[in-house]
Amino acid sequence: MLCHAARHLAGEREKMARNSNNRDANSLRHGSAGLLIAGLLGLFSSAANADWALNLQEPVTAVARRVYALHSLLLWVIVAIFVGVFAVVTYSLFQHRKSKGHKAADFHDNTAVELIWTIVPALILVAIAFPATSALVDMRDTSEPDLTVKVTGYQWKWGYEYVTGDAAGIKYLSVLSTPRDQIENKAPKGEHYLLEVDRPLVVPVGKKVRILTTSNDVIHNWSVPAFAVKTDAVPGFLRDTWFRAEKEGTYRGQCSELCGKDHGFMPVVVEVVSEAKYAAWVAEQKQQMAAVAGDPNKVWTLDEMVALGEKVYTANCAACHQASGEGLPPAFPALNGSKIATGPKDAHLAIVLKGKAGTAMAAFGEQLSDTDIAAVVSYERNAWNNKLGEVIQPAEVKALRGK
Amino acid sequence: MHATSHTGYAGHHDHDSHAHPTGWKRWVTTTNHKDIGSMYLWFSFVMFLVGGAMSLIIRAELFTPGLQYVSPEFYNQMLTLHALIMVFGAIMPAFVGFANWMIPMMIGASDMAFARMNNWSFWLLPPAAILLTASIFVPGGAAGTGWTLYPPLSIQMGMGMDMAIFAVHILGMSSIMGSINIITTILNMRTPGMTLMKMPLFCWTWLVTAFLLIASMPILAGAVTMLLTDRHFGTSFFAAAGGGDPVLFQHIFWFFGHPEVYIIALPAFGVVSHVIPAFSRKPLFGYVSMVYAIAAIGLISFFVWAHHMYVTGIPLTGQLYFMYATMLIAVPTGVKVFNWVTTMWRGSLTFETPMLFALGFLVLFTIGGLTGLVLAMTAVDIQLQDTYYVVAHFHYVMVAGALFSAYAGLYFWLPKWTGHMYNESIGKLHFWLSMIFFNIAFFPQHFLGLAGMPRRIPDYAQQFADFNVISGIGAFGFGFSQLLVLVVVFQTVRGGARAGSRPWDGAHGLEWTLPSPAPYHTFEDPPPFNQAEAHG
Repeated sequence: MLCHAARHLAGEREKMARNSNNRDANSLRHGSAGLLIAGLLGLFSSAANADWALNLQEPVTAVARRVYALHSLLLWVIVAIFVGVFAVVTYSLFQHRKSKGHKAADFHDNTAVELIWTIVPALILVAIAFPATSALVDMRDTSEPDLTVKVTGYQWKWGYEYVTGDAAGIKYLSVLSTPRDQIENKAPKGEHYLLEVDRPLVVPVGKKVRILTTSNDVIHNWSVPAFAVKTDAVPGFLRDTWFRAEKEGTYRGQCSELCGKDHGFMPVVVEVVSEAKYAAWVAEQKQQMAAVAGDPNKVWTLDEMVALGEKVYTANCAACHQASGEGLPPAFPALNGSKIATGPKDAHLAIVLKGKAGTAMAAFGEQLSDTDIAAVVSYERNAWNNKLGEVIQPAEVKALRGK
Repeated sequence: MHATSHTGYAGHHDHDSHAHPTGWKRWVTTTNHKDIGSMYLWFSFVMFLVGGAMSLIIRAELFTPGLQYVSPEFYNQMLTLHALIMVFGAIMPAFVGFANWMIPMMIGASDMAFARMNNWSFWLLPPAAILLTASIFVPGGAAGTGWTLYPPLSIQMGMGMDMAIFAVHILGMSSIMGSINIITTILNMRTPGMTLMKMPLFCWTWLVTAFLLIASMPILAGAVTMLLTDRHFGTSFFAAAGGGDPVLFQHIFWFFGHPEVYIIALPAFGVVSHVIPAFSRKPLFGYVSMVYAIAAIGLISFFVWAHHMYVTGIPLTGQLYFMYATMLIAVPTGVKVFNWVTTMWRGSLTFETPMLFALGFLVLFTIGGLTGLVLAMTAVDIQLQDTYYVVAHFHYVMVAGALFSAYAGLYFWLPKWTGHMYNESIGKLHFWLSMIFFNIAFFPQHFLGLAGMPRRIPDYAQQFADFNVISGIGAFGFGFSQLLVLVVVFQTVRGGARAGSRPWDGAHGLEWTLPSPAPYHTFEDPPPFNQAEAHG
């Protein structure tokens, strides 16, 4: 089992690292971590190879590289302090023991020594403060970005909206794509288990990308270790951070602030592509958006609506209300046979559009299109035992939005 | 671990002669610091087992990727209750138990200053513990927010959250009463001749800790009360939609939360500062600088709170200030470590169980302190915030720091409390199992954190699988090793070799002038104090 998992370890990042010319950082990583292990634990020193990730992920931005170097510096400083202090302790433990007949001395003060071990550590700290300060100043400089993306945290998915640049106006949700069967151990786990999404954030290589974060419900945290980016998404407020990825590739992170039930199931995936690929991607997205917008007055049949609604339900509702519609009461009520899902349709639409205050039920009006909401409500009113046989049209949702 | 024999102390029968309740009434109505100290210690050990069982549920779920045993909601409840119970139910009451038992005996006082309030501050704890643990069984379950209770997530929770809030209120009242008692006892009831700068270091650490508690617990109470009104009474302190700010809660919480770290750590420093000199047969090195370091750590602990919040979007200048202030704490902490090391230097060392635990504390707390220095660097912390690196860091400080020190104190003072020597072989076995399994459980978590594994997740990507297996093995080994304490304590209470009044030849202080077991009432008249028993 260990070997099996080890094969997946650090996956493609490690492969990339091995092929790249970043061998210096790589050997530093294993050298310093290996020393820590051998010195402090002595258990795994033989295992200090690439398959046991022992250090920060391979940096792919200038900022992440500075953080990596700063951490390596600090690691050496604390290892040196530790070894220094405990060399003295070890000597005492063996030389100054009663069983060897050592008689206790009787000193208990020495002003000079005490001053030295107050001042010297303070000077070491001042020395460390310089690189630590400049790395931080660099990290926080979000000025003059090439493009800006607004990232919104939802329970439990990410929303991406391109605010400036060619892609301005492109907007979509990014949801975990690992099948439920893998999570429940009914199917073998894939290579990117829990670190894969249906639609990653796509950005061009070498461009300064400014990320604005906010949230729709609770505090989330948008994090990509390879970029040294980690910023809270706070409901009602905007925060910002930035990165300039130097290498094409797929970079993976996870929500890093406990945000409820499925906190562990809302990964961040960023695809860094060439300028040409990025332009093609933007064009494709714009085309698709035009197609989806379609004819708002189109009248859908029940079967069409329910088929689309099932997809929307799986992506947005099933985490809480479950695919079976039975929910996880009492926090997440059942929809199968519920008063709302079998009662008047306006009340049903209203709760989906506006959410329910004081609960985890979000206002999906901000996340989903009229068509999607019409579809998902149609689905909920016709799935399981809720065979109402009625279809809701996008125009009805549009009419309700204003109220 | 209580002293029941109160017939052996001649000359004070007049006080004991009025009806003294026996059986359960004795424990409910007691105002005796030794009884109350014992109850605190038993309570904390029970809570330690409850919180420990929860951590094993967590580690069992994390043993392999995928969801195995518990749902994500229940997992979140377990990690929340594990932390709340360990911090407020296990570690803090354990050190209050030591304070109750030892402070009057160390300073030559007859009891705590407010004996009835002392009873009340203990008996508030069980209702709070029941509220916390029973919240698992109410609709919606316990709070699943992490012990930090951040809104808006905590606003979404069910009534388990309200029960946690009331539990925190009650625990806060208990702590404040206990602190007032300790401060008054230490400032007013020292035997003549024991100036503050000759007072045992354990009393110094508790004096500073009690001030930290009085200053910080009301802040926590205020924060959770604001949560309560946001939840039920339409206020919006922490809701942006009503003009509030979710991050405000974090500022208030950590303004309490950081001093809380030292509320736990300082009494641990105090215990170690007694054990290391005793088994080095040499006075504590740098007593005066120890006192100043304790005071400095206590003071600075109020000025570093936002280093828990580097990723919340506080401004650059704020990040820089909190980084520098946090680095500053390393200086007095370093002084303490150097003083302990120098106390051992050229001593005459022996390695009984209390000393082993004190040495274990020294090694592991130093590792936790050094990784704290790494985390103080804002730029590095942003990579490590909310990862297992932080989990490893604070378990090195909390478990290895506070728990190992509490064990050092337990083995050190058990002969004084019971009149019997404990079983040294089981004690040593307990130490070595704890030391080895603790490191197997928590050292690999540094690597998990560096590789980017977030904390508070019930399931994880496959590259984290190997270290989680190792960590799980360590956690179960560590957990079951702790049952040895029960064996040792039961054996020692029931019998064993007689302990003399000073079972450790290197120990100094007024408590060692008393017979073992310490009589029910001690120092009804202030004892003479001379240089031989002084610590300064």
